[in-house]
Amino acid sequence: MADLTTNFIGIKSPNPFWLASAPPTDKEYNVRRAFEAGWGGVVWKTLGSEGPPVVNVNGPRYGAVWGADRRLLGLNNIELITDRPLEVNLREIKSVKRDYKDRALIISLMVPCDEDSWRDILKRIEDTEADGVELNFGCPHGMAERGMGSAVGQVPEYIEMVTRWVKQHSRMPCIVKLTPNISDIRKPAEAAKRGGADAVSLINTINSITSVNLDSFSPEPMIDGKGTHGGYCGPAVKPIALNMVAEIARSAETRGLPISGIGGVTTWRDAAEFMALGAGNVQVCTAAMTYGFKIVQEMISGLSQYMDEKGMTATSDLVGRAVPNVTDWQYLNLEYVTKAKIDQDACIQCGRCYAACEDTSHQAISMSDDRVFEVMDDECVACNLCVNVCPVEDCITMVELPKGTVDARTGKPVADYANWTTHPNNPSVKAAE
Amino acid sequence: MAVRENAGFDYLLFDKINDLWQPFFKSHRQEGLTLPNTPLTPGLAAGRLPPEAYAHNFDDLEPVLDAHEAHVAADRCYFCHDAPCITACPTSIDIPLFIRQIATGTPEAAAKTIWDQNILGGMCARVCPTEQLCEEACVREAAEGKPVEIGRLQRFATDRVMGKGVHPYSRAANTGKRVAVVGAGPAGLACAHRLAMKGHDVVLMDRRDKPGGLNEYGIASYKAPHDFAQAEVEWLLKIGGIDLRLGVELGRDVTLDSLRAEYDAVFLGIGLGGVNALRAAGEDVKGVRDAVDFIAELRQQPDKAKLPIGRDVVVIGGGMTAVDAAVQSRLLGAQNVTIVYRRGQEKMSASRHEQDHAQQVGVRIVCNAAPVEVIGQNGAVTAVVFAYTEDGPEGLKLLADTFTLKADQVFKAIGQTLVAPEGMGGPKLATQPMAGVWTGGDCAAGGEDLTVTAVAEGRDAAEAIHASFGG
Repeated sequence: MADLTTNFIGIKSPNPFWLASAPPTDKEYNVRRAFEAGWGGVVWKTLGSEGPPVVNVNGPRYGAVWGADRRLLGLNNIELITDRPLEVNLREIKSVKRDYKDRALIISLMVPCDEDSWRDILKRIEDTEADGVELNFGCPHGMAERGMGSAVGQVPEYIEMVTRWVKQHSRMPCIVKLTPNISDIRKPAEAAKRGGADAVSLINTINSITSVNLDSFSPEPMIDGKGTHGGYCGPAVKPIALNMVAEIARSAETRGLPISGIGGVTTWRDAAEFMALGAGNVQVCTAAMTYGFKIVQEMISGLSQYMDEKGMTATSDLVGRAVPNVTDWQYLNLEYVTKAKIDQDACIQCGRCYAACEDTSHQAISMSDDRVFEVMDDECVACNLCVNVCPVEDCITMVELPKGTVDARTGKPVADYANWTTHPNNPSVKAAE
Repeated sequence: MAVRENAGFDYLLFDKINDLWQPFFKSHRQEGLTLPNTPLTPGLAAGRLPPEAYAHNFDDLEPVLDAHEAHVAADRCYFCHDAPCITACPTSIDIPLFIRQIATGTPEAAAKTIWDQNILGGMCARVCPTEQLCEEACVREAAEGKPVEIGRLQRFATDRVMGKGVHPYSRAANTGKRVAVVGAGPAGLACAHRLAMKGHDVVLMDRRDKPGGLNEYGIASYKAPHDFAQAEVEWLLKIGGIDLRLGVELGRDVTLDSLRAEYDAVFLGIGLGGVNALRAAGEDVKGVRDAVDFIAELRQQPDKAKLPIGRDVVVIGGGMTAVDAAVQSRLLGAQNVTIVYRRGQEKMSASRHEQDHAQQVGVRIVCNAAPVEVIGQNGAVTAVVFAYTEDGPEGLKLLADTFTLKADQVFKAIGQTLVAPEGMGGPKLATQPMAGVWTGGDCAAGGEDLTVTAVAEGRDAAEAIHASFGG
């Protein structure tokens, strides 16, 4: 069986599944239960400076987006960092770590943006025997208004500065958690690297309003008739997170910087995808909040089975495997020609492919009187929309035309690899001529 | 959330009945009272079951979905293009649209979508053989063998709006045209409503003392309990412009000629007034009756415990009427109920779902056998002799091999026949048999013995009448 143990910036854990800094990791009770359930590591919910703890709202702090059958697809929250006293958290962290030496225990931190505050908090956590720290530069609500969280994470210079302080005043491995509420994720990652970060973790939550109450005309979650943007997470944000992880993994400036992948990881498959795009491990929150800690069992068995089937013996065999295949649009092969193909035996004749193609795409699917749907190769541009709207998996597939075959749409045979950089319609090609 | 105690086929016939009987017997013995009847009491007897059993057995077969159930069920619809379920519906209800309206929290709009095509959508949601119509065509039936629960979703939407007493239609400006609609069954009601909506004045007449036709008299009680048929008619009449006249019979109280003379158009939705004979020797003895009469009597009897039923009941026929009579015989406490059908089971016009229902309440279905003699003693039936049959290319052949079923009650459910108005004939009436006269429902050519088909024909006749007025 595949070995799932991971060594992430020197921090060992029995599997790559960590719980992210969030409500599930706010106290000893939960973290012990999580470790009992099998989680490889935990990032303890963000600690703040000594003194009176932050307070949370006393009305709803979560909003949601659902799919069919009320499956939770996206969750947003307006909860702040831990609202429990610092010394209670530190005592509990120490107690848990003593009993679970084989698990990773990271402390998430967020204190005001001055060197003294960071030096003080690092001193306070020294004797907990925690394995590392994660700098919370991502929290998009509440704390940002106080000059912390994403207010720091959106300014690369601040990230670099704070990271440098942390590395200066502590020997602990340091992970910098990035906010996605920024236009180019590579900039803060580069700043973290310059500041000496051992790794980055991403993404934190995305600014969001999940819905508007059409009776009270207030955003959800609603507090006394008002609402504010909260941090969005869950399966819905996974594609955004995957892209940002990939951007950092393939950028010349940040290549090789360890990444802890976060954002909608719900199953072993999601985790494997993050890892293939360069994440050394993953952090999970919404899936645990939706289904409980037990889901880690499926993640462990699923990743094991997949790795066995692929002949991978260690997680390092998987990490980064897809990175070389992430490229820019201009390098995509314009001579890769496919056509949609409908498996008539699998087709249940719902006609959604037809409606989608006829109404919104290229009018490339025909419909007979007896509801047989067929692709017209001379119209099909291979957009994939029919595949995406078909309710039956693998009923419609994209079939590649072998080299030399004439594309019925263009009348041209499929040729060797050619991309936009050399395409005659590209103005810059003409300019060079 | 509502607990569905009566979900599925959970009738008080099997497991729980002994628990109900024992204290009943005990108290009767203690008080020196005559012991009540049981399923074992010979001959025709009322009150074969504990009193609680009747209310339970004749309540909703399938209760209305609650909001959560409806939401889950609606989520399964794929919103197909040119959906097969619409094609399969005789009234062409835009099913994907109404289900999407339920899923998005507007059952009121959903109900309107249903009624736009089928004003008796509430009753059809209860009695349609959906497993042979929309739900059979549902692509999820092809995909998983589990169609979207279209019938139950339709009931969810229509019940919700009817429950609020809302009637979402109003009349167009009065046209001055007057139309006579004969028969206040599904076809006549649908025709009358559509005509009233178009601004015509309608006189709706029916020979019985209640409107509704087969909705009121011909449907198993458990399919539309709580007087739903009358409630639906009352709701339908809220549109106004429909003058309902009961106890008026064509040929007795009015003639077709007089109607044609008095009104601008006439619609006949008179159903099938006659029943076929068994053509078996001895069928005139006591205890042999038409299943349609039994079903009608049962529907009109508020206290089902008062209805006498046999211990050994034999139902002859293979359609919905046969199943309704047989199932309800069991629900009244008959010990042995057998449906005997002359052809193979696959030819029974009762749907497979209905057949399964019958078998699950303990009805035995015997196929390929036809009655040859009804045996009586002292003028009352005691048994029926059947011959096995063979269905070949040259028709049905009775074999020499026979068997006898003990019977103290026999229901004939072998089809109904048209009692044509004077001057007309044929097994069915033409869609427009003469100038100014339209027909629809079971009496008309194309009628399929289905409520939903009758509604479609009544509605379409109204459109044709409206068009004939130059509308």
